[in-house]
Amino acid sequence: MAHDTHHPGAVQDAPLWPWLAAAVTTLLGLAAWTQFSANPPVALQQLAKWLPTLLLGLGANIGISVLAMALGTVAGLLIGALSLSTMAPLRGATRVYVQVFRNAPVLVLVYFSTYVFPFELQLHHWRLPFPDWIKVVLGLALPASANVAEIFRGAVQSIPSAQWEAAQSLALSRRDIFRLVVLPQCVRRMLPPWMNLYASITMATSLASLVGVHDVVDAAQIASNTVSRTDFTVLIYATLLLLFFAYCYPIARATQALEARHARH
Amino acid sequence: MPAIDAPKNPPGKPAPTPLVSLRDIHLSFGANEVLKGISLDVLPGQVVSIIGPSGSGKSSLLRCITGLLRPQLGTITVGATRVDRLRHEAELIALRRRVGFVFQQYNLFPHLSVLDNLVLGPVRVNGRPRDEAEHQARELLQRVGLAHKAAAYPGELSGGQQQRVAIARALAMQPELILFDEVTSALDPETVGEVLTVIRELAEDGMTCVLVTHEMRFAAEVSDEVVFTEAGLIVEQGPAARLFGNPQQERTRAFLRRALGASLGSQSYAPDNKVVALPIDRFRFAI
Repeated sequence: MAHDTHHPGAVQDAPLWPWLAAAVTTLLGLAAWTQFSANPPVALQQLAKWLPTLLLGLGANIGISVLAMALGTVAGLLIGALSLSTMAPLRGATRVYVQVFRNAPVLVLVYFSTYVFPFELQLHHWRLPFPDWIKVVLGLALPASANVAEIFRGAVQSIPSAQWEAAQSLALSRRDIFRLVVLPQCVRRMLPPWMNLYASITMATSLASLVGVHDVVDAAQIASNTVSRTDFTVLIYATLLLLFFAYCYPIARATQALEARHARH
Repeated sequence: MPAIDAPKNPPGKPAPTPLVSLRDIHLSFGANEVLKGISLDVLPGQVVSIIGPSGSGKSSLLRCITGLLRPQLGTITVGATRVDRLRHEAELIALRRRVGFVFQQYNLFPHLSVLDNLVLGPVRVNGRPRDEAEHQARELLQRVGLAHKAAAYPGELSGGQQQRVAIARALAMQPELILFDEVTSALDPETVGEVLTVIRELAEDGMTCVLVTHEMRFAAEVSDEVVFTEAGLIVEQGPAARLFGNPQQERTRAFLRRALGASLGSQSYAPDNKVVALPIDRFRFAI
């Protein structure tokens, strides 16, 4: 964490709003053009028609990202805790897990989980369908958990040993030191990298379309094939970029804001 | 120093029982022997200052007393507790409830307010009701002149203020003894005085204190006993007036000339920002 250049108001001063203003102005301008022009460009007319489909698709991406991150966080914290264990074999196993899944291309993991898991689970007479989107959630949760584990381990080890010493001198038990002194400081340190991770997982959800999930990329492909105009294809992918940007950029800004706030306290 | 292990009540002249008693302490980090046989007694209510060049093992000695470091050889007694024999966490906790420690780098908990830093130990360790602990914490903050900072976070305080909070935090545990490890060494010269004032008042109130310090004038003023260590050994010890006024050893004289000269030369306090590097990683816990 940077402890230097931050000062109160630094985040507010940073140029967040010009970007968003530009994006919103562009969208509004295009919308107005479509709405009020006697003869708006065909590509824009088509975009207006397809936008609801795109937004629904984006909903799928966001849903997948939230689920993958939730799963990855729970698993990652568990694995991270085990990676600090005093038992060497346990530590070794978690190291392998973390290294394997942090260093695997996400697309490979998505394909991997798609083909490894069955399309439905059968328990006696019960059939539990196992749709592709859940497999994508699992595929993304794997690298998420490995990264969360590493973030957690790093955070715990970044707490200065002087904090342990001070807490020991106050006669706190190991349990209390961990729970009341180390963990709360870890949460603060983990939050920014965790949010960064969430943003990259969100962007990685665009891979879902490759295994047949109807997400925003899939929606754009269908639209592009249906309309079949080069200018529309360019426009719809530009819109896709804008949508992802609009979702991920505020997360990145909030991350920086948190880092700045922690640097002050 | 042989035959210090005197019976508690020898016939004739009753000698006070030391609160802290070190006998022939040897401590090594790997091949590096930092303490080479230290013996020292601290009587209840006494203020003992340990002075000496940097790296002479002074801070390690304090850490041995509170069980943060374990000497390879020698015995440490605090009250009736044989510190060098403690193995279990519960035993160490029982010891540390009685021994306060104030660090060079304050080591406040940055995620807790000043008040919560003071309340944490009494509530979690001593099991006191929270409102009672808060009341006591506010009184202690008053005592160190920081009543108005109860709600502040450590990061919002100056070094001197943080160190006064750290002293109050140690006092909140109502210890029998407080160890001060170069508590002014990381401070700006202008804030050293406010911290020393707090310690001076504690000493006047009869708190047993062991100070590792580079503040020679302060040591001369508050100490009952001053111990000069060099290279892991006690070179000379005695009442402050004698050790500073009429040191017997040439090495003590040379050290005092340098130390007092330095603090005369600049401002009246010579900050020494050296951080004693200890392999305390060994003492970190894993879950």
